[in-house]
Amino acid sequence: MLNALLVAFAVALAAPWSVGRLGRSAGWVLALLPAGLTLYLLSLGRGVAAGEPYAQRLAWVPQLGVELAFRVDGLALMFGLLITGIGTLVAIYAGGYLAGDRQLPRFYLLLFAFMAAMLGVVTSDDLILLFVFWELTSITSFFLIGYKHESEESRANALQGLFVTAGGGLAMLAGFVLLGSMAGTFRISELLASPAVLVEHPAYPAALVLVALGAFTKSAQWPFHFWLPNAMAAPTPVSAYLHSATMVKAGVYLLARLAPALGGTPQWFWLLTLVGVATVLGATALTLLQRDSKRLLAYSTIVALGTMVLLIGVGTPAAIKAMVVFLFAHALYKAPLFMTAGSVDHEAGTRDVTRLAGLGRKMPWTWLAAGLAGLSAAGLPPMLGFVGKELAYESLYGAPWLLAALVAAGAVLLLVAFLVAWVPFAGREARSPQAAHEAPPSMLVGPLVIAPLGLLFGLAPGLLQDGLMRPAAAAVLGEPYAFDLYLWHGLTPALFLSLLTVALGVAVAAGWRRWQPALRARFAAVRAGPVALYEGAWRALLRFAEVQTRVVQPDDLRHHLTIIVAFTVVLTGAVALWRDGLASALWAPAAAYLHEILYFAVILLATATVVRSHSRLVVITSLGVVGFGVAFVFVLFAAPDLAITQFLVDTLVVIIAALVLIRLPSSALRAEGGRDTRWLSGVIAIAGGALIAGLLLAVTGLPLDDSLTRFFEANSYPVARGRNIVNVILVDFRAVDTLAEVVVLAVAAAGVAALLRRRIAGRRDDAGAGRPESEGGDR
Amino acid sequence: MNSLILRLTTRPIIVVLLLISVFLLLRGHDLPGGGFIGGLVAAAAAALYAIAFGPTAAARLLRVRPELLVGWGMATTVVAGLLGMVAGREFLTGLWWVVAVGDQEIKLSTPLLFDVGVYLVVVGVVLRFVLSLEER
Repeated sequence: MLNALLVAFAVALAAPWSVGRLGRSAGWVLALLPAGLTLYLLSLGRGVAAGEPYAQRLAWVPQLGVELAFRVDGLALMFGLLITGIGTLVAIYAGGYLAGDRQLPRFYLLLFAFMAAMLGVVTSDDLILLFVFWELTSITSFFLIGYKHESEESRANALQGLFVTAGGGLAMLAGFVLLGSMAGTFRISELLASPAVLVEHPAYPAALVLVALGAFTKSAQWPFHFWLPNAMAAPTPVSAYLHSATMVKAGVYLLARLAPALGGTPQWFWLLTLVGVATVLGATALTLLQRDSKRLLAYSTIVALGTMVLLIGVGTPAAIKAMVVFLFAHALYKAPLFMTAGSVDHEAGTRDVTRLAGLGRKMPWTWLAAGLAGLSAAGLPPMLGFVGKELAYESLYGAPWLLAALVAAGAVLLLVAFLVAWVPFAGREARSPQAAHEAPPSMLVGPLVIAPLGLLFGLAPGLLQDGLMRPAAAAVLGEPYAFDLYLWHGLTPALFLSLLTVALGVAVAAGWRRWQPALRARFAAVRAGPVALYEGAWRALLRFAEVQTRVVQPDDLRHHLTIIVAFTVVLTGAVALWRDGLASALWAPAAAYLHEILYFAVILLATATVVRSHSRLVVITSLGVVGFGVAFVFVLFAAPDLAITQFLVDTLVVIIAALVLIRLPSSALRAEGGRDTRWLSGVIAIAGGALIAGLLLAVTGLPLDDSLTRFFEANSYPVARGRNIVNVILVDFRAVDTLAEVVVLAVAAAGVAALLRRRIAGRRDDAGAGRPESEGGDR
Repeated sequence: MNSLILRLTTRPIIVVLLLISVFLLLRGHDLPGGGFIGGLVAAAAAALYAIAFGPTAAARLLRVRPELLVGWGMATTVVAGLLGMVAGREFLTGLWWVVAVGDQEIKLSTPLLFDVGVYLVVVGVVLRFVLSLEER
């Protein structure tokens, strides 16, 4: 499995290059990757069906108990097949949909990286590994949603999706760490084997809520549902892939995966069913306001996700059976519906269903696919969607309130199917913005392969039963579960509920053109609830950052330094005085030689010159003298490396500062206009200096812990073959620190170069009016 | 800066400075010196040259852009670390090869390579500062 994922990531990296080489056929060729992965997963299917999951384990961070552990059981297999199978067709579809797009190479890179990450999520058998892949899907989907990055709206929506899902991901990580410490292992299969340890642990509620937050944000559950419709800013292939079949189902996957370990408690039941039913009802209501085909599909996806979460929350064998069938059916109809909606948009130039009609004659194949998928989405026989819906009804006989919610949702799903699979195609042709043609083959293959599967599996659900559905349900339940799937359940209450759903749906759909404009006029502009909360929080955060930056990091370097030094003095000084170790140390008498006193006199004289002088050059060179004086002190106390460094740094600082000064306008040495605040600067500077001196004296007054010194003296030559301990520490014992510092230096250089370039460009733009930038610090 | 004295003395001085910088770099493991100090000396030499002959001449003398020095330096430090891993040890583990030249022993090692990387980064960073400020 690791190799398969590595190959997928490698192909993702190579994709941009191959798109350039292959031209228009790139989609067809690149689709070989997900197709190959599909076959690979199918080859694992026999073992999975026989109850022998595939497993692979490699050490990764053994110190933390984190492994590269993969496990493919029924649940992982079902998700994996959806990810790779639909991924194959989306890759082909995207080749047609985005043909000629300049960014197509980047698109395939992101799409395949996303696919590989998603496959990693569902096959990980280690919580931390799962989290890594989970975040990878968040990041790659951020780039995919923001694909049209020239558009402000698209960028904002991408950011919203990232904040919601990555924020939930952080909560989830905390939950994972809790789970890991509760159970003493991060391996998921071990967690599942010992549910009692987790459920009876006092931290169980916290872990449950944290993990659920991750799942709810990812799967767009109320109150985090709002990012999903906004993610429709992505190109249609992305919506078809991420927001129907894969990414948004990651949350459902996580809940299903951990159900045997965390489920079966009242907390689990209430949390999941309440959130699930709130999601179903909220999204059902919001669907009624939509006219854009993609947004209609997006809201109906949220309805479906809520249904799955609710069924996992109920957790009975019947509910889990319904969940896996419904999930599979949903992927099989939602992906083609998105694709055909995209084709209609691509050919006719609009997604507004009120402006589309009669395209069926021009786009017969697209209509065929959309119609088949629509029948399944509406839950009509003989489609797989019907089977899934019946099973869901059957499993909820004991909970009428949940049943009522699902019936309402089912009616609205039928409305959505009617609006995206019937309205644009039937009747007399409306005048669309573009003259429509049938979609190219690349955009027909996907829908025409996936949509009929809903019919095939609906007519013969037994095909799925042994290989896929039973193992998947068993994985969620934590024990084998034998069941059979039928299209026809007999004259059961579920059938009557289905009839009721259809009747309701037909009634809603028949009058849609009459009631929808009024409803829209009344509610479409209302921005209340979680979206408003999110937007308010977002604005408040930006505002806070702005104010805080203005106060703490003002543009004026002098204010900036004043704040830094004053804060240090007040906080550190307060602690030092409070602990009462400082005052006594300050006046410790010490003997000094004459030449030492001379050095200090030179330093003091130079300092006085710095303060008194009005010439910048004198100030800078005097500061250099101060630095040299300090370096001589280092020489006196036998620290040659330190002294050399101090000499060199001071030399270069004087050179660089002099170069900066040459460019400054002549008035910058004194505060422009305003009051003279030098006394304040003086007080703060003296306080800062006194604090550091006092701290040093206090520290040297303590008995010195020389265990480190002894360690380095003892080991420097025998172990690291160097006699210069300072250098050995830098390049060997603590080389990682040095590596990081090297990076810091490089970043500083990049920053300075960018600032200076901007300044020079600015000067060119407005002829010398640009403000001089301050020089960054040197080491 | 148009000063004859500066221009005349700069060339011999920077030759000496550059030699010293390499000397400091190489002896750093046993005696005061090392990549950071050596790099600062070399950077000071280049800064002197830039002041005496202008940034364009300094850039020409250098042949590569300072950013590239930074990049190569970072790459060198990472490679020095990875060599330890290639040998099956932890990242950044020191490896040593002692080569005998006549009656002298020369110690080649990955810590030395690491120090060379630090040297390059320091030179590149300081030169980036100096050249950016000197350019008009």
